[in-house]
Amino acid sequence: MMLAAVLPWVLGALILALALAAWRLLRGPGLPDRILALDTLYINTLALLVTLGLTFGHSHYFEVALLIGLLGFIGTVVLAKFLLRGDITE
Amino acid sequence: MTETLPMWADALATALLVTGAAFALIGSIGLARLSDFYKRLHGPSKATTLGVGCVLLASALVAAVSGKPSLHEVLITVFLFLTAPVSAYLLVQLALRHAPGLKPPLPATRPMEQGVTYPQAADADR
Repeated sequence: MMLAAVLPWVLGALILALALAAWRLLRGPGLPDRILALDTLYINTLALLVTLGLTFGHSHYFEVALLIGLLGFIGTVVLAKFLLRGDITE
Repeated sequence: MTETLPMWADALATALLVTGAAFALIGSIGLARLSDFYKRLHGPSKATTLGVGCVLLASALVAAVSGKPSLHEVLITVFLFLTAPVSAYLLVQLALRHAPGLKPPLPATRPMEQGVTYPQAADADR
């Protein structure tokens, strides 16, 4: 099947994307760059988890991906708000 | 799971998956390689979000065709497409406030001279 043949390449591309985002996270000259790299990192992790779910045929991966999506967005908003206002709870 | 798919679903899911992975990779290359923060923001906030959306669509298609449709993928897609612009907006606000030195300079302007009209304005008068 075509899908099974292409899955390792898709996983490799997503892992390369994760590595690039991690490089920017470690190197980024400013705080906004690091937060943006964290944001990209969790979005790519989400894609990687969904692809792993396709590969192994489990449905548990989707719940993990949903949780990572929720918590990653909350993390980005909290970090940005904290650096903007110096306070999270307003 | 992927052995029982009909031909069209297999081809469509493969195309969506490859497109999605390519967009995610291009967005991350943009994040890593572009030169200042406002350029780097484009990659993740547009390309990577679209790539992940394509991967999720492929997964939803495979699940629906193989007989166990679920709402998880649609839920993740909707949530991601709602939240990505919000976080990009917050990051731009943060960059404008927190690191104003990152803001690119305005293009150079010439002082207005007496009696000199710009070509576009002259064309508009005609």
